[in-house]
Amino acid sequence: MSRLKGAHGVISRRAALQALAAGVCLLAVRPTRAAPEEVAAALRETFGERPITPGKVVLELPKLAENGAVVPVTVSVDSPMTERDHVKSIHLFAEKNPLPRILEVQLGPSSGKARVASRIRIADSQQITAVAVLSDGTLWSAAVQVEVTVTGCGL
Amino acid sequence: MSQQAGAARVRLPERARRGEVIEIRAMIEHPMESGFRLNNVGRPIPRHIVESFTCEYDGREIFRATLHPAVSTNPYFLFYTVATVSGELRFTWKDDRGGVTTHIARIEVDPD
Repeated sequence: MSRLKGAHGVISRRAALQALAAGVCLLAVRPTRAAPEEVAAALRETFGERPITPGKVVLELPKLAENGAVVPVTVSVDSPMTERDHVKSIHLFAEKNPLPRILEVQLGPSSGKARVASRIRIADSQQITAVAVLSDGTLWSAAVQVEVTVTGCGL
Repeated sequence: MSQQAGAARVRLPERARRGEVIEIRAMIEHPMESGFRLNNVGRPIPRHIVESFTCEYDGREIFRATLHPAVSTNPYFLFYTVATVSGELRFTWKDDRGGVTTHIARIEVDPD
């Protein structure tokens, strides 16, 4: 009985801390959030109506990010990176950050290898999308769902 | 107006063979204040972010990044380039308050 009580005490303290953390985040982050529609809008604004095909892009993100303020990300694209066939740019989008755009990089045949890594903020559990623009004008993408334990409320 | 954006740290090999793909890591110390946070009296903390990062090798731009507030504090990039000639790599970061940081590294390239 006392054991149960003790366990209950732990849970409620945890619940209280979580509630507190959630409250802090509400204060810290503006209520406006990019939504999947905003990602779609950002994609249209960047790429027009060009079709984006899933494939060729590998987006590496932790499935579970403990700290949303610093999440390691690696994007690589299956490309020979030659003058005739290379990746021109890679774009990262978030559906639940305050802004849909995360970063863009420009590469070329002088890159030798279509691989880029950085560290990003992920405000909440959500899907992150990477889009690569190839020299032949085609667009390829990959998407990863990331669960965030401590939200990037510092975002 | 042309103050430093922050201190930079860059890592790349000192020597490479011509045609070798080399790995470059570049980081700058910068708050990347998103503009979405509120201070302790509920006022928004003004945005202060690095907006662009470029790397030029032998005078040619080989890498460019455009950053938004979702890039973490102390922006870090890892990327690659093909070693072609001995020479200079120039790294430039620009922030939204006119801060500019330039870092120069040298690489010696051995002919194959």
